[in-house]
Amino acid sequence: MNKQKIAKYFGFKLVRFIILMIAVAIFSFVLLDLSPIDPVSAYLKGAAVSEAQRQILEQYFGTNVPLPTKIYHWLLDLVQGNLGTSLIYLAPVMDVIIEKFSASVVLMAISWLLSGIIGFALGVVAGKNKGSWIDKAVKVYCYAIQSAPSFWVGMLILMVFSVYLGWFPIGFGVPIGVRSTDATFMEWATRLVLPTLTLSLVGLAPIAMYTRNELIQVLSSDYVLFAKSRGEKGWDLVKNHGIRNILLPAITLQFLSFSELFGGAVLVEQVFSYPGIGQTAVAAGLQNDVPLFLGIVLISAIFVFVGNLLADISYYFIDPRIKENEFND
Amino acid sequence: MIKKKSNDNGPWVLYHANLRTKTLVIIGLSALVIISIFISGYFVRDIPTSFISANQMPSLEHLFGTDWMGRDMFQRTIAGLGLSLMVGFIASAVSTCISILLGLFSSFNKFADETVAGIIDLFGSIPHILLIILVSIMFGGGVFGVVMGVGLTHWTPLARVLRSEVKEIRTKEYISLAENLGRTKVWIAIKHILPLIVSQIIVGVILMFPHAIMHEAAITFLGFGLPPHEPAIGVILSESMNYLSSGYWWLAFYPGLSLLIVVLLFDLIGENVEKLLNPETAQE
Repeated sequence: MNKQKIAKYFGFKLVRFIILMIAVAIFSFVLLDLSPIDPVSAYLKGAAVSEAQRQILEQYFGTNVPLPTKIYHWLLDLVQGNLGTSLIYLAPVMDVIIEKFSASVVLMAISWLLSGIIGFALGVVAGKNKGSWIDKAVKVYCYAIQSAPSFWVGMLILMVFSVYLGWFPIGFGVPIGVRSTDATFMEWATRLVLPTLTLSLVGLAPIAMYTRNELIQVLSSDYVLFAKSRGEKGWDLVKNHGIRNILLPAITLQFLSFSELFGGAVLVEQVFSYPGIGQTAVAAGLQNDVPLFLGIVLISAIFVFVGNLLADISYYFIDPRIKENEFND
Repeated sequence: MIKKKSNDNGPWVLYHANLRTKTLVIIGLSALVIISIFISGYFVRDIPTSFISANQMPSLEHLFGTDWMGRDMFQRTIAGLGLSLMVGFIASAVSTCISILLGLFSSFNKFADETVAGIIDLFGSIPHILLIILVSIMFGGGVFGVVMGVGLTHWTPLARVLRSEVKEIRTKEYISLAENLGRTKVWIAIKHILPLIVSQIIVGVILMFPHAIMHEAAITFLGFGLPPHEPAIGVILSESMNYLSSGYWWLAFYPGLSLLIVVLLFDLIGENVEKLLNPETAQE
């Protein structure tokens, strides 16, 4: 019974995923096709060619066919896993994306975990001591950081830690003159610290605010009053009645933040010149590398979908209350 | 409000005012600051360059210091904020129109509702910053590209709120009554549904603003759109990136801080307007 339900659930999600991917693929393709970017000109980069040669190139790229045919070709190639060739890197888009994305995933995963843990802890401390100076400090910090542009926060951190204190290098994934495969672990790690710090500091604000507000709500409820009258107090009270109630929605919220995480990574990578997917996306957008940009859009859509799916799963399969309801049906 | 003037015997005139007056004063003051930035940003053109006073620390003469061409950073920041605010205005207007149209369209029937939900999902499935880049490339970049990119992508939260609101309103009896009387869907949407969601729209627009401004700054920081000689905040910040290692911290610090303050002011206005419009808190 239960297995059937899970299979049905994932089947439903898979269908949704496929529909969404096709929609995103067509949508982004049409948008870029409507743009004034001419792939042939972008490929030539201003080189002088005769009209006949240009037509051969158009034939080769398949740009001189009507839009529906182009979309059909694009989807057909997509199903076969062929995303085309990047015009900047002169390599298959798939390889470029895999290389850059793996660098970004390290950055995003660490900061995702850190922001979740620190944000939750700060929220609990603030909510427990409502009205104290800790609470006020957390609140002011969260308001300020949510209104600050994340790239500006990155620049401030860069100024303080790299320029003034000189603890960390100013940028680049690996030192100049060293191939990325030759870099030692420490060299990678020191260059990861500041971008991770920035992303975590920015990302912990929503989760801390959410946790704080929820905890205050729980602590003012009747059952906490009853628990207090039974003699529970202090940290045990918060642990038994507060955290159990708010941990799950907080985890769900953290999974739902994948989209902002990606957006933050794009900006932060630009500030710290970290060679990840975000920097590649910006380069592709600025230099009219249409195939690479489309590929990155698709990958990011998959990334966001996975985040939403995990949030859904954490909601339906971990929450004991919902599970109980389903069994009772 | 009128009573307030008769008992201003305390150190703070506003101290005795009630919450509604205080809220109104907060809204008024914040709006005044923003409008004055906007207007003065319009008048600051042709900032004089003088290479004698290049790269100066912040002082009384140059509040935010000067950049490598000796231009006063305070003037540049104000001009940049004015530009950002303008982009924010236009983008919010575009986004609001789209979300109202989609929200009302979702009231027509179940199919329309599902369509709107699908479009919202589609826009929400791509990270926001990539979506803005995508749309601004589609419009060919430049100022127009940035405005459209920011404007066409910020309607999703408001549209989502309006859709759920409309869904609730549609179940009311007077809607089905009007349907039975033979009124068209468009007539019902405009006469019966639109007036009920106006307060949601106002709050949504004000809260949309700071997002639009921040994304505009982000997108120009990345190098899309505005040309380097335009004094947009994003352009100023990306330019100051080149001088970070020289230790010219004021080039980046103050423009970002002023952007932060403007965004906070908008949040403040939004929260207080919501407090006034929400019947639960308006009478406190």
